Amino acid sequence: MTQSSTLSRIARRDFVKASALAGGGLLLSALFPSSRAIAAAKGSSVFAPNFYIKIASDGLVTLISKNPEIGQGIKTSLPMIIAEELEVPWENVTVEQVGYVQGLQGWQGAGGSGATPGHYHNFRKVGAVGRTMLEQAAAQKWSVPVEECQADQGFVKHTKSKKKLAYKDLVDIAAKLEAPDPDSVTLKDPKNFKLLGRRIGGVDNHAIVTGGPLFGIDQQHEGLLYASFVRSPTFGDKVRTANLDTIKRMTGVVDAFIIEGTDDRFGLQPGVAIVAHDTWTAFKAQQSLQVLWEQSDTAEQNSFLYQEKAQSLASEQGKQLRSDGDVENVFKNAPHVVEASYDYPYLSHTNLEPQNTTALFKDGVMEIWSPSQNPGSGHGQVKNLFKLADDKVIVHMTRIGGGFGRRLMADFICEAAAIAHRLEGRPVKVTWTREQDMRHDYYRAAGWHHFKGAVGDDGKLAAWSDHFITLGLNSTEQTGHGAGISSDEFPVRFIDNARLTQTILPSNVPMGWWRAPGSCAIAWAVQSFVDELAEKAGRDPLEFRLEILGPDRSLEPAGRGVPYNAGRMKGVLRLAAEKADWGKKLPKGQGQGIAFHFSHMGYVAVVAEVTVTQNGSLTVNSLIAGVDVGPIVNLSGAENQVQGSMLDALSSAWNQEITIENGRVRQGNFDDSPLLRIAQSPKLEVHFDQTDNPPTGLGEPAFPPTTPAISNAIYAATGKRIRTLPFTKTDLSWTS
Amino acid sequence: MSLYTLDINGQKQVVDVSDDTPLLWVLRDHLGLVGTKYGCGKGLCGACTIHLNGVAMRSCQLPVGAAATGKITTIEGIAKKGKLTAVQEAWVEHDVPQCGYCQAGQIMSATALLASNSKPSDADIDAAMSGNLCRCATYTRIREAIHTAASK
Repeated sequence: MTQSSTLSRIARRDFVKASALAGGGLLLSALFPSSRAIAAAKGSSVFAPNFYIKIASDGLVTLISKNPEIGQGIKTSLPMIIAEELEVPWENVTVEQVGYVQGLQGWQGAGGSGATPGHYHNFRKVGAVGRTMLEQAAAQKWSVPVEECQADQGFVKHTKSKKKLAYKDLVDIAAKLEAPDPDSVTLKDPKNFKLLGRRIGGVDNHAIVTGGPLFGIDQQHEGLLYASFVRSPTFGDKVRTANLDTIKRMTGVVDAFIIEGTDDRFGLQPGVAIVAHDTWTAFKAQQSLQVLWEQSDTAEQNSFLYQEKAQSLASEQGKQLRSDGDVENVFKNAPHVVEASYDYPYLSHTNLEPQNTTALFKDGVMEIWSPSQNPGSGHGQVKNLFKLADDKVIVHMTRIGGGFGRRLMADFICEAAAIAHRLEGRPVKVTWTREQDMRHDYYRAAGWHHFKGAVGDDGKLAAWSDHFITLGLNSTEQTGHGAGISSDEFPVRFIDNARLTQTILPSNVPMGWWRAPGSCAIAWAVQSFVDELAEKAGRDPLEFRLEILGPDRSLEPAGRGVPYNAGRMKGVLRLAAEKADWGKKLPKGQGQGIAFHFSHMGYVAVVAEVTVTQNGSLTVNSLIAGVDVGPIVNLSGAENQVQGSMLDALSSAWNQEITIENGRVRQGNFDDSPLLRIAQSPKLEVHFDQTDNPPTGLGEPAFPPTTPAISNAIYAATGKRIRTLPFTKTDLSWTS
Repeated sequence: MSLYTLDINGQKQVVDVSDDTPLLWVLRDHLGLVGTKYGCGKGLCGACTIHLNGVAMRSCQLPVGAAATGKITTIEGIAKKGKLTAVQEAWVEHDVPQCGYCQAGQIMSATALLASNSKPSDADIDAAMSGNLCRCATYTRIREAIHTAASK
C-alpha cells in the first residue's frame, strides 16, 4: 500500500462522526487532521475530534472559528462556507473561537492570504455531510427515498408531498446515523448559493461597537498582575546589571527581575520585567529603570550606511538568481535604454493593539491568552523553553487588534510565559508601550533596485535587468524574513531577455513578514520602472503593460512559485482602467497612474488619480481597483480588505519609514511615524471580476499595485518621478 | 495612592490609585471597563476616547483627579438598556470594523460630533474625526456610517 492511499483511507474513516448533544441535538465531530497527525494516528483507534458543528434541539447552530481573526474577517467568512453547504440561515448561526489545537488540518494561522484557498473545499464538504445527514434523517422519518428530501435553510422538504420538517425536529434522529464519507457527499451548485457572495457583517461587530472584552489586551483574571518588559534599545543585547532594588521599592510595584533570554532572535529576548498592580505603574517604573546592557558592535549600524553601500553597487551585479536570453546584447543595440535606481525603507507593522499576552503557570500547566497570528509557534516555543509536554501548554486565541505579519512571531508570547513562570500561580498580563512596539518589531526590510531596461524599435519591452540589494540578519548569504525576491518576479517569464541578481547586506535589525511580504515594496519599484520604460518608448502605460502580458495563457513558475495567468491580469487591468476612465484629459497638476501585481494567487490592478499643487502638496483623489480572486465569499469583508490594503499602501508610502541610528530605531510613536488620517483618505472603488477560478485570499494582494499606481499618477501630474519612499522625501513642487 | 470617586456611565465608582494615573488605566485595570483602548499613550491615536461631560477626551491624557470632576461616559455606557445608539447601529449596518480595535474611540468621537452637529458634511466629519487613527483604514465606511447615523 502506498503512503498516500494509507493516509486517505485513515482520513476518510475518521473524518466525521455524529453523536447526540447533551440536552438534545446533533453534534458532528470531525477529526480534521493534518497529514502529520494522520501519520501519528496510524493504527490508532482513538477518535479525538478537534472540529465540530453543533445543531441544538432549538435549531440554533454553532460553528467554530479555527483561525486567528486579525481584521481579515476570517471568523465570519470560513463559518459562512460551512453554513452555505449545511443549508442553515446565517441568523441561526453562532460562531465560537477555538484555541490552538495541535494537529488541526490547515495551518491555524493568519498569513499569506492562505485561509480561504486552504479551507474552502474541505469546509464545504463538512457542511455538506451535515446537510446530507439531516436529509437522511427526514427520509427515515417519512419512510421515503432520501433523493426526495431536500434541505433548505434550516428545514428539510419532501419534494413530492411538500411536507417539511425543521432541523430541530431531525437532529435527534440524525445523531443516531453514521456520518457519510465526506468524499461521497454532493456539494451545492454555486449558482444555488444563498449565503456565499453576499454582504455579511462581522460576527463580532456587536461586541466591538459596545466595547466588549474581545482582544488580547482585554483579558481579565482574578488576581491579575500587570507587567512591562524592557529590552535593549539595540537588538538582542543581554542585561549585565539593573537597579532592581530601586524599582521593587516603588509604590505599586510587585516585583522586578532580569530575564536572561536566549540567542534565538525570534524567541525569548533578554530584558527586565517589571510587575505591578496596574499597567500604568509598570510603564511608569520604566522611567526609573537603569540597565547596563552587554556591549555589542551592532550599535555601529545605521540606515544611511546601508544606503551608501547599496548605492555604491549600482554599476555592479550581484549573485545571479535568473538569466534568460542575452540582456547585455540587447542593451548594446536597443534604441531606448533606461537606467534607474529605486529604494524603500524599513517599515514597522504598528498594530494599533500593542503586543501583549496574558499567561498563568499553575500546577505545571502554562496557560496563555494571546493575540497571535501563529499560536502553534507560540505553543512550540513555550513548550521547548520550559521543557513542558504538549498538553501542558494551552494557547487561547483572542481577537487581534491588527496583524499585518507582526504577530506571526512569538517573541511576546515567550516573554509573557517567562514572566508567568517566575510568578508561578499568579496570572500576569504583559503589555508593551507604543514606543516598545515600534522599536522592537520585526521590520519590513529596506531594499534597493538598480534597474536597466530596453525598448526595441517596435516599442516593446526588449530587456530587463534588476540588481536587487536586500538585507540579511547578520548574514550575506540568507535574506531576512520577507526580504527576498522571487526568481519569477515580473516581468521575468514574460520577456525573452531578463536578468535578476541579488546582493545581501548584513544587518542586526530583525526582519519579518509584513503585509504582502516582498511584493509590498518590489511591486512599487517594478511597476514604476515599467512606467519609465513606457514613457521612454512614447507608449500609453496601459497599452504597454497589456502588451508585455501578451496573449491569454498560463505561465509556469521556474521555482516554488505558482502559475501566472496573463488573461486574468489583463482582465483586471482593463476593468480598473474602464471604471477609472483611463486616459481622460487632465490639467497639469492632476494625473492618473496605473499598476498591477500578482501575489497570493490574486490578480489586482489599481488606477490612482492625484492632484499636486504647484508648491508640491499632494492629494490622492481616488483609488480604483480591479480584482480577480475568483468567487467572493463575503462581499462586505472582501471590499473591506481591498479598501484597507489600498489605504495601507498609501499610508506607508506617503509618510512612513523606520530609520536605524546607531543600532536603534529612531521613531517611536505616531508623531514621528504618522499613519494615514481620515482627511487624507481618498474615494475608493473596488470592482470584482468574479471569474470561475478557485477562490483565493484577499488580505494582501490589493496592497502591492497601489503604491506604484499612486507614484505613477504623481509623475503624470508633475513630471516628478518618485524613486525613493516615503513620498515625503521627494520635492513634488512644479512650475507650469 | 489616593481614593477617587468617579461617575462612570451613571454609576459611582471608588478607586484607590496613584494620583498621576490616567483615566484610561483606571477604567481598564481597576474597573474592568476594557472597551476603551490603549494605542499610543500620547493623545495621538484616539483609541482611548471617552466623554467627560459630553465632550470627547483622550483618556490616556486625563489624570484621574481631573476626570473625577465630571460625568464620564465610556463605550460601554452609550447604549441604553441594551439598545444600540444610531451611531452603533450604523457601524454594524455598514460593517465598519476590520480588526475593530480603534472603533470604540471612533464611535465615541462620532457620537460627540453628532451631538453638536446633527448633519455634518464630509469636511465636518474629517475635521472631527482627524484625531482617531484606524490602522486598517476603515475611513470610507466611517464616513458613510456617520452620514447614516445622522439621517436617523
